[in-house]
Amino acid sequence: MKTRITELLGIQYPILQGGMAQVAEHHLAAAVSEAGGFGILGAAALPAGAVREEIRKVRELTDKPFGVNIMLMSPYAEEVACMAAEERVAAVTTGAGNPEKYLKKWQDAGVKVIPVVASVALAKRMERCHVDAVIAEGMESGGHIGSQTTMTLVPQVVDALSIPVIAAGGIADGRGFAAARMLGADAVQMGTRFVVSREAAVHPDYKARVLKAKDIDSEVTGLSTGHPVRCLRNKMTREYLRLEKEGASFEELEHLTLGGLRRAVIDGDVMNGTVMAGQIAGMIAKEQSCREIIEEIMASAEELLGYRTVG
Amino acid sequence: MLEKVREIIAEQLNVEAESITEETSFKEELGADSLDLFEIVMAFEDAYQVEIPAEDLEGLTTVGKVLEYLKNKGVE
Repeated sequence: MKTRITELLGIQYPILQGGMAQVAEHHLAAAVSEAGGFGILGAAALPAGAVREEIRKVRELTDKPFGVNIMLMSPYAEEVACMAAEERVAAVTTGAGNPEKYLKKWQDAGVKVIPVVASVALAKRMERCHVDAVIAEGMESGGHIGSQTTMTLVPQVVDALSIPVIAAGGIADGRGFAAARMLGADAVQMGTRFVVSREAAVHPDYKARVLKAKDIDSEVTGLSTGHPVRCLRNKMTREYLRLEKEGASFEELEHLTLGGLRRAVIDGDVMNGTVMAGQIAGMIAKEQSCREIIEEIMASAEELLGYRTVG
Repeated sequence: MLEKVREIIAEQLNVEAESITEETSFKEELGADSLDLFEIVMAFEDAYQVEIPAEDLEGLTTVGKVLEYLKNKGVE
């Protein structure tokens, strides 16, 4: 399937893998790119040296294009931004803020820029700064979220912009992919489905928790602090939401989640850690390779969209 | 200029223009989050034909600071 995004990034299938903190390391990004999608390393709060190391490891595993997600609230955002330009990665996606001050550096280095946007106004502003595409991410997503849904945000951003829009949040199969195309998106970005891919270096207990999740199993913590995070229900979320209701301070709440993602992803502590996953987790039933995931989604989507007929 | 700036803010945030003074802060008093601030800034850009770069946004915490900023940009 050719879209403006497959052309822009030089990839076979218009599927991006979200640059999830802790989860999106070199095995996963390389596997997604190798399967014809677009793998993305999550720089999260890592310093530039560590991310550069990850970039080199991806390059050992694949010669296909891949990207880096830069979390703009990271204390290392600036050095990671400069490093991504030096390494000339195919594309940078950005989250948690406005990437304007780094745009020129990336554009001069030929790095494509794709910010995650949570509103039409921010999307328009990004287009005016000549970014290459935007990711419109709905609150169905896991991890840090905005407040609009994918169903409402994507078509409004599509209408407001002329550059391509990538839909994210709540998409995990061919039906979701086809729906996103119907809403006007040129590609999708998925996180949760890739968390449970065979190549994801995620603790087996974390994967098992995501696979076991039901539709109603996710909670949003941090609404009161202005930094809402979607994760699966456990001892930590119950405690967090109780404290939040009682009006606990930002520091008290922070204390509960500090290092929580790492505890869940690396140590497999799914009771006390932060098990980030999207609302679509309830639909995901098995662990598969990235290639199986991508090919299954594309086959189903092409059939639904009338690219090919059954039988 | 205060009058028009108040109108723009009132329009964007659905608050009463009369409640806005030069001392009003966007975040604390009007409850604006970062996305709301973008809406407001884009509205100022349209209304006054100026460009407000991202690095200037952090300083624009109150209505008075916006007025001063726009004046420095040559807005009458």
